[in-house]
Amino acid sequence: MAEHHPKGRLDEATNTETVGHEWDGIEELNTPLPRWWLWTFYACIVFALGYSVVYPAWPMLSSATQGTLGWTSRGELDKDMKAAAATRAKTVAALADMRIEELPKHPELMRAAVAGGAAAFRINCVQCHGAGAAGSKGFPNLNDDDWLWGGDLKTIETTLLHGIRQPGDDATRMSIMPNFGSDGLLTAAQIDAVAGHVLSLSGKARGNAEGAKLFADNCAVCHGPAGKGSRQFGAPNLTDAIWLDGGTKDDVVAQIGKPHMGVMPAWTGRLDPVTIKMLAAYVHSLGGGEQTPAPEPEAAATP
Amino acid sequence: MNKPPDMTQLSLYAKREPVFNRRIDGKFRRIKWAIMALCLAVYWVTPWLRWDRGPYAPTQAVLIDLAHRRFYMFGIEIWPHEFYFVAGLLIMAGIGLFLVTSAVGRAWCGYACPQTVWTDLFQHVDRLIDGDRNARMRLYKAPWGPAKIARRLVKWAIYLAISLATGGAWIYYFADAPTLWTEFWSGTADPVAYATVATLTATTFVLGGFMREQVCIYMCPWPRIQTAMTDEKSLTVTYKDFRGEPRASLKKSQKAPDVFGDCIDCNQCVAVCPTGIDIRQGPQVGCITCALCIDACDRVMHDIGRPRGLIDYATLDDAEREKAGQPPTRHLKLIWRPRTLAYLAVWAGIGLALLFALGTRVHTGLTVAKDRNPPYILLSDGSVRGAYTLRLRNMEGRPRRMEIAIVGLPGAVMWTDDSARADAARTLTRTIPADATLPLRVYVVAPPTTAAQDFTFRVTAEGEARETALSEVTFDTPQEANP
Repeated sequence: MAEHHPKGRLDEATNTETVGHEWDGIEELNTPLPRWWLWTFYACIVFALGYSVVYPAWPMLSSATQGTLGWTSRGELDKDMKAAAATRAKTVAALADMRIEELPKHPELMRAAVAGGAAAFRINCVQCHGAGAAGSKGFPNLNDDDWLWGGDLKTIETTLLHGIRQPGDDATRMSIMPNFGSDGLLTAAQIDAVAGHVLSLSGKARGNAEGAKLFADNCAVCHGPAGKGSRQFGAPNLTDAIWLDGGTKDDVVAQIGKPHMGVMPAWTGRLDPVTIKMLAAYVHSLGGGEQTPAPEPEAAATP
Repeated sequence: MNKPPDMTQLSLYAKREPVFNRRIDGKFRRIKWAIMALCLAVYWVTPWLRWDRGPYAPTQAVLIDLAHRRFYMFGIEIWPHEFYFVAGLLIMAGIGLFLVTSAVGRAWCGYACPQTVWTDLFQHVDRLIDGDRNARMRLYKAPWGPAKIARRLVKWAIYLAISLATGGAWIYYFADAPTLWTEFWSGTADPVAYATVATLTATTFVLGGFMREQVCIYMCPWPRIQTAMTDEKSLTVTYKDFRGEPRASLKKSQKAPDVFGDCIDCNQCVAVCPTGIDIRQGPQVGCITCALCIDACDRVMHDIGRPRGLIDYATLDDAEREKAGQPPTRHLKLIWRPRTLAYLAVWAGIGLALLFALGTRVHTGLTVAKDRNPPYILLSDGSVRGAYTLRLRNMEGRPRRMEIAIVGLPGAVMWTDDSARADAARTLTRTIPADATLPLRVYVVAPPTTAAQDFTFRVTAEGEARETALSEVTFDTPQEANP
């Protein structure tokens, strides 16, 4: 039970005055806070009120008060973005004026380009190539040293600009492999024999004479007589350890019967040229980038 | 014994009772002056001491270089990853406070705490400008007029000058002091420097000049902790009530010496107290044990021909023993007790551990971060590549060549971003600039059919000591992913 006593009675035990409240025999002593503390408290209230006037604060029916300073988080972001763009301006201008082959001569710019490319990659490329650029079945791993079209800076930039198999882009890369199975060019038994030969090229199966002959007649045009592929046509090297569409017998049979062919968007127009250069620099930096356009051993032999 | 409270003022919020403490001279006053002079001298002089570290490092003896994340203290240079040294020193400072408190009570509060030092300084300014206690009380009650305003303005200007000189000196610990001095006074220093000086000057001015004992009583957590830490064996400023009570004026007690105690109620102990308390009410949170009341009381006792020590540094146990007619314990004996020794052991243990770490640390460091996405790369010839980011630390003030080697992982070779795969080898050498960290991205290639396993990067620095640093990492392979 709360009871009331006259204020300012002296408590016997502590010799302190009380505030006059009692709850079940327990009385509240008057041990005052210092006045400066109270002033600080009032000052905070005044500050809070002022703050809620100059900044957006009070919820209204459909929106909130705008604040007299006109501050918005969107405007703040805009300012930050502009400031970021201003800091990057010099790098961006230098990259815009430079041919990508020149980039390795400018280590500072190269570092900036790789960093910018890494950011752009995370937005535009990870959907197919994965966050670590390791790709997956049908989507090339950009870290390794196997390049269908070439892995130097210039070639990577071209691939980015024009994509792979993009209709309406004259400079796009077009790999065309006939549908040997579904178009009836080879029988199932022949495809099986060719697949056996293809796997034998990398030591995964024993070779067979029929497959070797069929390969020479049908496949060597693009993949080369030894199966080492050709960057001119984007034909994969069949003798190495990397199999874009899978390296089992079934995978190879499926690829010969009704080939799966990769598609990549042309980024011209979607991304600005500087971002594309940065992306090329980043992809080149992943560990498999080539210094110069690699020689085409078999293309040189075949006129 | 307690005075009845002022019944007319009953408010939830108390007005501050200003403290006009009287000038006093004595043993403890002189100790306070000496400690204040020592503290301020160390604080002011330290940033200006020079220390030759060679051409690659700053020449300031004590420097907290936040921009480059280095902390220099004479011959010691702390890197961010060695921040445990600073953490260790902070823990030692904390336990040191416990140790001091358990041994000699609130000595920190009374003599060494910056709030005490500054309050003391400002109170001295009060006495210089406004006069001693009675003059100051008169001036306080006097109406505002030109004379009072002039005195106040002069006094506050001196407060401000002291605040600027003391608060402002802090920035010289964070940059080359002579350079910053010139920059600061020519208006070309970093805005952060001016903001820091302004903040510290303002807080010194307000806390030392105006809030004073309010900080000790209401803001500082330490008195509350100390209150819990002191016990009947802690040395505190004690009023020996068995000797002093009942009080009476000198005249009255001279007439009836058997009835009255030694305290003649002259109130000198209250008049000199910087926090405005009455020590005769027993131990209390407002007492910072600065012992000025001992100086005051001893002087009065001397003057009236009674033994000193009515107010004295004593433990509560001592007071009891003295009351019972026994000799007091020697103060040294108070220090050697289990509680104090336990604090001392912990404090010294941490100190020795830090010294050991300092003496045995190497100036070469290596941390390795493995690429996890993807964990490995299958190359066209069937070999497997892993990528690692090495960070090579050279913590000496000169450039050093370091050899990086692969230990384990048979047949593996490595190359880096700045070399060609054709030059891949088991070891490579890089020169790390003085006092710097060199990041290096390293590709390690192992022959086909290599199984997933751990291996070690070893870094060996040139020089007589041939310091090494090791880091064990994992090498992942497709065999592991697809068993």
